[in-house]
Amino acid sequence: MLDTTYSVETPEGIDLRAQAAGPVPRILAYAVDVFYRTLILAGLGIALAFADRAGWGIWLLCSFLLEWFYPVYFEVMRGGQTPGKKAFGLMVVNDNLTPISWGASLLRNLLRFADFLPFAYAGGVICMTLGRNFQRLGDLAAGTLVVYRQQEKSRTSLPDAAPLAPPRGLQLQDQQALISLAERHADLSEARQCELANLLQPITGKADRDGLNYLRAVGSWLLGGK
Amino acid sequence: MKQIDFENRYRDRWQQLEEWLKTGDSDTDAAALDLPAAYRSLCQQLAVAKERQYTNQLIDRLNQLVMTAHHRVYRQQTLRRNTWLWYLLAGFPRAVRAQIRTVWLATALFLLPALVLGIGSYQNDALIYAVMSPDQVWQFESMYDPGNRVLGRERGSDSDLLMFGFYIKNNIGIAFRTFAGGVLFGLGAIFFLVFNGVYLGAVFGHITRVGFVSTFYPFVIGHGAFELTAIVLAGAAGLRLGQSLVDPGPRRRLVALRLAGVEAMKIMYGTFLMLVIAAFLEAFWSSSTEIAISVKLAVGALLWLLVFAYFTLAGRGAAHLGEEVPRGA
Repeated sequence: MLDTTYSVETPEGIDLRAQAAGPVPRILAYAVDVFYRTLILAGLGIALAFADRAGWGIWLLCSFLLEWFYPVYFEVMRGGQTPGKKAFGLMVVNDNLTPISWGASLLRNLLRFADFLPFAYAGGVICMTLGRNFQRLGDLAAGTLVVYRQQEKSRTSLPDAAPLAPPRGLQLQDQQALISLAERHADLSEARQCELANLLQPITGKADRDGLNYLRAVGSWLLGGK
Repeated sequence: MKQIDFENRYRDRWQQLEEWLKTGDSDTDAAALDLPAAYRSLCQQLAVAKERQYTNQLIDRLNQLVMTAHHRVYRQQTLRRNTWLWYLLAGFPRAVRAQIRTVWLATALFLLPALVLGIGSYQNDALIYAVMSPDQVWQFESMYDPGNRVLGRERGSDSDLLMFGFYIKNNIGIAFRTFAGGVLFGLGAIFFLVFNGVYLGAVFGHITRVGFVSTFYPFVIGHGAFELTAIVLAGAAGLRLGQSLVDPGPRRRLVALRLAGVEAMKIMYGTFLMLVIAAFLEAFWSSSTEIAISVKLAVGALLWLLVFAYFTLAGRGAAHLGEEVPRGA
């Protein structure tokens, strides 16, 4: 399947699903992180300029910590999200979809340098696009994965159609199609829904609004509406 | 059961769990909710929902909830204090001894070029210019010129701090890059080891030839015990990663790399610590001009002895005491 879905079977016997994140959002997230880091360093530079040479020493120390441990801190302490990743809804997890551990986070961020080679993360991007789950070298060695953090979806409301019993002999597939139509009534334009309903005109014998209303009523019934 | 009935039956529980997961770490609520039990029944509900082919929206919602709860249930608690103590006393030297062949290889890759260039530039005054520019050579010479000592090297504590920051950023950066380069089939680690060996050998040879022995050796001997060893160890850890890709044995390369990563990280934690010690010594001890040369040499020799004794002896006795189970792949 040509798909970015990544699934893992847990000890509880269910499949967890996650969407692996590709190079583009990750590069953008990295850019945001670089921006923040530069901002912090610039701020520190101004603040420590008064401390002269000792200030420079502290500044170098901070720049070292930011360079190597900034991602580690956020990945472990902030649920796998650096500020940049948070901005793009990404998170780092172990490849069994558990929260990333210290060791794994350190390893993947130490190996960042190898991904950087030969220039500007070219190696990392190539490695990402070759693999199935967009893992760069550091991810491969540490056994980690960058996935999309799923957004909270607002609860959908069903169309207000009085439930109507479906005709007999409706296959499972047909039922699911009708349910989806009812559920997605807010996402699709009215015209498109009518168009879809018209496909079934030979069977339902109803056109446009009437046909759509009928299908919604059946869908609502199938979902258990009374 | 129709989907709406199913949802109605469990809605309250899901909401309760959602609320609980949102409130974060507060342990006060922990009593109110039995997380493992709630998580298990949630898993069961997700499985049922999938089996009955309820709508994707419901399954997505449950899947998301399971993911969040899963993260909470399987949160790993590392960094216990006694683990660190065990690591320092036994784990680190044992991890190094376990990779002793790779460590010797890294040592050879570092020392042989250093010896060749060291002897070479000791006997031939032009050889050092093949490695570095005349400006750099001049800089090194003035840094260790005994005539300069009182002028240039007597510095305040603020300069010590500056150099500390510099050594941390520069030296630990080099070690980390040496390690990371190892994942490219070992080539990066080999490059950095040889490069540093060549550079260092050339400086040693040249400075000795010029005759600044009395400033140079007391300066480098103290922190060198930690710094040079750490660079070699970082290289060895990198080579271990590379080796797993070149010769994965009976495993798949990816699996071998994962396992090697665990081994290598055991060495890298300690290496990092050694480099911090080295930077500290280099900034605050080695550079001090008030301490007599003989004291510096004696302490330096003692530190070398200490490092070697640590790696050969530490952790041999406590064979299985408190040993952590290595993380499987």
